[in-house]
Amino acid sequence: MTTATSIVLSRAREQVLERGEGLSEEQVLEVLQLPDSELDALLELAHEVRMRWCGPEVEVEGIISLKTGGCPEDCHFCSQSGLFESPVRSAWLDVPMLVEAAKQTAKTGATEFCIVAAVRGPDARLMAQVAAGVAAIKDAVDINVACSLGMLTPEQVTALAGMGVHRYNHNLETARSHFPNVVTTHTWEERWETLRLVREAGMEVCCGGIVGMGETLGQRAEFAAQLASLTPDEVPLNFLNPRPGTPFGDLEPMSGPDALRTVAAFRLALPRTVLRFAGGRELTLGDLGARKGLLGGINAVIVGNYLTTLGRPAEADIDLLGELEMPIKALNETL
Amino acid sequence: MSGVGRAVFCDRCGAPTAEGDHARCARERDLEPPRFCPECARRMVVQVDPFGWTARCSRHGTRSSAAAER
Repeated sequence: MTTATSIVLSRAREQVLERGEGLSEEQVLEVLQLPDSELDALLELAHEVRMRWCGPEVEVEGIISLKTGGCPEDCHFCSQSGLFESPVRSAWLDVPMLVEAAKQTAKTGATEFCIVAAVRGPDARLMAQVAAGVAAIKDAVDINVACSLGMLTPEQVTALAGMGVHRYNHNLETARSHFPNVVTTHTWEERWETLRLVREAGMEVCCGGIVGMGETLGQRAEFAAQLASLTPDEVPLNFLNPRPGTPFGDLEPMSGPDALRTVAAFRLALPRTVLRFAGGRELTLGDLGARKGLLGGINAVIVGNYLTTLGRPAEADIDLLGELEMPIKALNETL
Repeated sequence: MSGVGRAVFCDRCGAPTAEGDHARCARERDLEPPRFCPECARRMVVQVDPFGWTARCSRHGTRSSAAAER
């Protein structure tokens, strides 16, 4: 360990582990620039931080696409945009299928079930479908219901809170300075406004993004700092899975060491937040990545499949949690 | 309809299986549901849930991960 890297890690240890104070943007950048030879020490520190400030429990979640494809937005990573030549076709899920997926998710021990729709924001038809779905799930399954339906009006935020939706996901996706390279049909600030409304309505805020979308390390650090300033209850961390037909379809997946360094850096920026392993981890990190991430700052996982792509079998993650002696967070222990 | 006919087209890219190299498609399919009907190359309506997928072709019916595993 060189003197410089030693200083970066020892300062992070004192600031984050001992005092619980997240790293600044400049400090996150220093962490992201650490050499591969320091990766194990960095992951170990991030794990200690997670254990100290969050505990050993892992929050398990399943996600489902209620409305797939045909989205009018141009998020360059997304195969569900109707503006790209993607093979993904539009589809709607009916309420019985939604309830069945929630039941199956709960059987894994998961406490979270997130209903997602590929839209700019929900229209009346979608809000009605969500209301029916949330009510049916609550009647049939003991699980927290979250939603991710794009940008919301104040009235829609109030309606979702009234349905008993306890958490709302709306990702900022990337650093503010990089956002115009990723999305041109709406702004980072519009997303921020929805998040503000969600917080104001008393719902938990879930906000993360995707790394590996051509951002610089500086922009990755900027993103971590911007998320920290939002103080979200949960940050889902996705790694770009380049989708055929999208503008980012030809980008290379980020390397495993870069992905793990990012996990650890985000943990050090957000010591008390639920940091969730989300899409792209199988591609970027393979099977070993689940273990390394859970021992490097992650304390939540999406189990099973994603919205349009497949994940590891849920039982593989559940078995791993048992092996690592990390209990699944119980329903009454959620935020 | 149950979608059990002969696979003539790659269910990931929709090109004829007899043309070109589909080794990458086969690898990618480990982490993706099918998108094209293997019998006629129509884009299918695919629904992914946490534990599986279904894919419906308007001409050749519905396929599913459950059926694929049997």
